[in-house]
Amino acid sequence: MAFAFGLSFGVLAKASGMGTLAPVLMSMTTFAGSAQFAAASVIGTGGGALAAIGAASLLNTRYAPISLTVAPSMGGSPLSRLLQSQLIVDESWAVAQTGGGRVDRRILVGAGALLWVFWVGGTTVGVLGAGFIGDPARYGLDAAFPALFLALLVSQLDSRRAVLAAVLGAAIALALVPFSAAGVPIIVASLACLVGLWRR
Amino acid sequence: MSEVWLVVLAVGAVTVALKAAGPVLLGGRELPPPVLRVVVLLAPALLAALVAVGLFALERELVLDERVAGLAAAVLALVLRAPILVVVIAAAVATALARAVF
Repeated sequence: MAFAFGLSFGVLAKASGMGTLAPVLMSMTTFAGSAQFAAASVIGTGGGALAAIGAASLLNTRYAPISLTVAPSMGGSPLSRLLQSQLIVDESWAVAQTGGGRVDRRILVGAGALLWVFWVGGTTVGVLGAGFIGDPARYGLDAAFPALFLALLVSQLDSRRAVLAAVLGAAIALALVPFSAAGVPIIVASLACLVGLWRR
Repeated sequence: MSEVWLVVLAVGAVTVALKAAGPVLLGGRELPPPVLRVVVLLAPALLAALVAVGLFALERELVLDERVAGLAAAVLALVLRAPILVVVIAAAVATALARAVF
């Protein structure tokens, strides 16, 4: 699936005029689907470099709190922590949840490495084969990731607070979609986790 | 071309720094309990937001389109306690079918 998603990024990036090498390098270094799609679509619609950097960076702001949740499980030298942390993506982080806000480092690194290979490979095939493939939405891929996140969400709803945070997060995100740039709704929605401060 | 490379390099650098922030600065240390209580809820809040935006947002508009068929298929698969991969494939196939039919 990461391969298919990477492939659709490659096709889109190529169509946006990003060339062949730049999208592949972006998949290797940025390794964050939504931000890369956002950057490619801003470039493709002539939004300019600053807008593209802004949208993509904003989308990835969620990795600051996410990397915070991973911190307790990652030991070792600063360099090894730096390298392992680059394998954090939504999907590897989500599957590595062990409950109670903890993350299994080995699952995260394993899943992250696998996703990276498929993501970069998919991007490469996408930019090279852009002409043959056509629109990835035709295969329903745009619904595949929300479905994955939904399945992972269901396993997270183990308390009333978790349900409240989820409902609030979705509501905030949807309410902001018409009024803000891509990425902002997701970041602001993460504030719903502050219901955890509420003592009962 | 140079604009594209500026974007690739800047976004890459920002993302590397964001992902590394937690593990590099406090790797291996435990989080204080109040922080942990908040952090536990980050996953449900973010996942729910990703689901909502992924299914109902089109650029800056809220829409109901073929992805709803994918959502219905995913929910059905989840109710039937299907494995995650089946849930994901069901959503993609249902969405693709809805697109092909309408």
